[in-house]
Amino acid sequence: MAQTLYDKLMSAHVVCEQDGATLIYIDRQLIHEVTSPQAFEGLVLSSRKPWRNEANLAVPDHNVPTTDRSNGIKGIADPVSRLQVETLNKNCEEFEINEIQMNDIRQGIVHVIGPEQGVTLPGMSIVCGDSHTSTHGALGALAFGIGTSEVEHVLTTGCLWQNKVKNLKIEVNGRLDRHVSAKDIALYIIGQIGTAGGTGFAIEFCGTTIENLSIEGRMTLCNMAIEAGARVGMVAVDDKTIEYVRGRPFAPKDEQWNLAVAYWKTLHTDKGADFDKTVEFNASDIKSQVTWGTSPEMVVEIDGTTPDPEQESDKIKADSIRNALKYIHLRPNTAMSSVPIDKIFIGSCTNSRIEDLREAAAVAKGNKIADNIKLALVVPGSGLIKKQAESEGLDEIFLAAGFEWREPGCSMCLAMNADKLEVGERCASTSNRNFEGRQGQGSFTHLVSPAVAVASAIAGHFSEVR
Amino acid sequence: MKQFTIFRSIATPLDRTNIDTDAIIPKQFLRSIKRSGFGPNLFDAWRYLDHGEVGMDNSKRPLNPDFVLNNPKYSESQILLTRSNFGCGSSREHAPWALEDYGFRAIIAPSFADIFYNNCFKNGLLPITLSTDIVDILFEYQDEIEINLEKQSVKADNKTYHFDVDPERKRRLINGLDDIGLTLQYKDQIHSFEAQHFKKYPWL
Repeated sequence: MAQTLYDKLMSAHVVCEQDGATLIYIDRQLIHEVTSPQAFEGLVLSSRKPWRNEANLAVPDHNVPTTDRSNGIKGIADPVSRLQVETLNKNCEEFEINEIQMNDIRQGIVHVIGPEQGVTLPGMSIVCGDSHTSTHGALGALAFGIGTSEVEHVLTTGCLWQNKVKNLKIEVNGRLDRHVSAKDIALYIIGQIGTAGGTGFAIEFCGTTIENLSIEGRMTLCNMAIEAGARVGMVAVDDKTIEYVRGRPFAPKDEQWNLAVAYWKTLHTDKGADFDKTVEFNASDIKSQVTWGTSPEMVVEIDGTTPDPEQESDKIKADSIRNALKYIHLRPNTAMSSVPIDKIFIGSCTNSRIEDLREAAAVAKGNKIADNIKLALVVPGSGLIKKQAESEGLDEIFLAAGFEWREPGCSMCLAMNADKLEVGERCASTSNRNFEGRQGQGSFTHLVSPAVAVASAIAGHFSEVR
Repeated sequence: MKQFTIFRSIATPLDRTNIDTDAIIPKQFLRSIKRSGFGPNLFDAWRYLDHGEVGMDNSKRPLNPDFVLNNPKYSESQILLTRSNFGCGSSREHAPWALEDYGFRAIIAPSFADIFYNNCFKNGLLPITLSTDIVDILFEYQDEIEINLEKQSVKADNKTYHFDVDPERKRRLINGLDDIGLTLQYKDQIHSFEAQHFKKYPWL
């Protein structure tokens, strides 16, 4: 029977079924310091051991400083953050789990380093105690975020109980305008289907526009599947996927490589397979996007305006527009291009890969950030991306334009480390969530692409790339 | 995990859609390495007028009088009544930990985000999905509501509303069963699957 990519990936991992629930085998678990301490504590309390140590890879990313790291973990100023990073080291040592530590050049955001190291591969089942695990689906893997109880469950049993979800096909066809990126596609789709549009579904992104995206672009798109409510976002394996994986440190080699490639080439939806739902979009309808409110679905084109709750007939929707505008200190019908910005953040598991930094640097080159911009941060996704960018001279371009060039980590995407917005500050951010207080209590986040973030830094307000 | 039994309580009405887990428990509290003690910081940014940080004496902080959790009428409430897509965003299990630690045992909404919904069951917290129309009725209702997981019913004002729940999840919640212990009963099956899996995909 013709199968979807999701169905194929699920059926390749079924251990057994019981009363409608499926026990699936997990090939890879990625671990970070925030959602793992209580899972390891569970192992200690129950005197259990990891099922298969080598299935796991850990890295600290949420709490690490993006400034000087010469003093190592001792240099983390906040004692609570420091303890969490220390606890990860201690747990990985005690349970013999491979960890890329803070001062290793390979350290970075968990969803960036997994693919970068070849630790996440096509066809794998991959979990992490982090909702943005959907990112890895860009390689044709079954990847989704889990809670800490499930982190403990996977650690001790190598498996997870899953209820099969429905299949949603999102097809995008056609050519994108210049400067319109995967981030704009993601925001546009969320604006169209809503933040619960993908709830209960695994999304497969397809169509010529998606085929033409780089693997980095596909990661940006799959990363934000969860912002549409879907735990799983995927793209079928093609030649680009295979070329991306080739030669990565943990990727298979020699005869194993050939075997793997033969299998990976089968990882696409069969002709005639049924989806529970299909949505189609035209690339030509997608322009540069900016969020105006406190949910990723509250999004408009850069030359758009904030909505007017008086024009919304649905009372619940009108209330949510009112709440969002009140929180974010914008009036109805405000042109987004007239809104001044205080800070710029380029980074996060959505937009911190080399391609993102190249796009941002191309716009920054020869320009300066506006006088009203108090701080503009560029935070690469990993130490290796930072090194690559430096070898291309991108750091020099950013520094000359007035940006700060930082060490890798999650940074101001969720502001668990020292990088945060102050009360009342407004940020153009390449991250994934514009929730109330996400980047600092009482602060305002507007999600944009890397190119738009730089163009807005130069203009001092939200702006298209000129 | 505690066994889930029939209980009656007034519901705390939190009338907002798309409440995300960042709002349920803000990130600064995620730096804890413990599983307990998140209750006082549930909905921290809405509940208090000052900025909350780890280690503060929450009993001395200024409360936001307009936030529903601070209304003394709901101080003993064990049911949270809210709107669609509750628990969206981050996968943090600290969100159900905070709700449970505060004293909630059930949440009623027209819909929930997937990861949050799943996390609730691991912590003795029952997410109940009811239609928007019924949720609207419950928002108007001021008295105690009875929740019976065995019968999958919510009783209010002599009316009984049925809700759906996965039978296996229900069984585990009612009996307070440990997921990991149950899964380890399948140890032999996992081992034999694993052997075949690695034979088929030797590069893994």
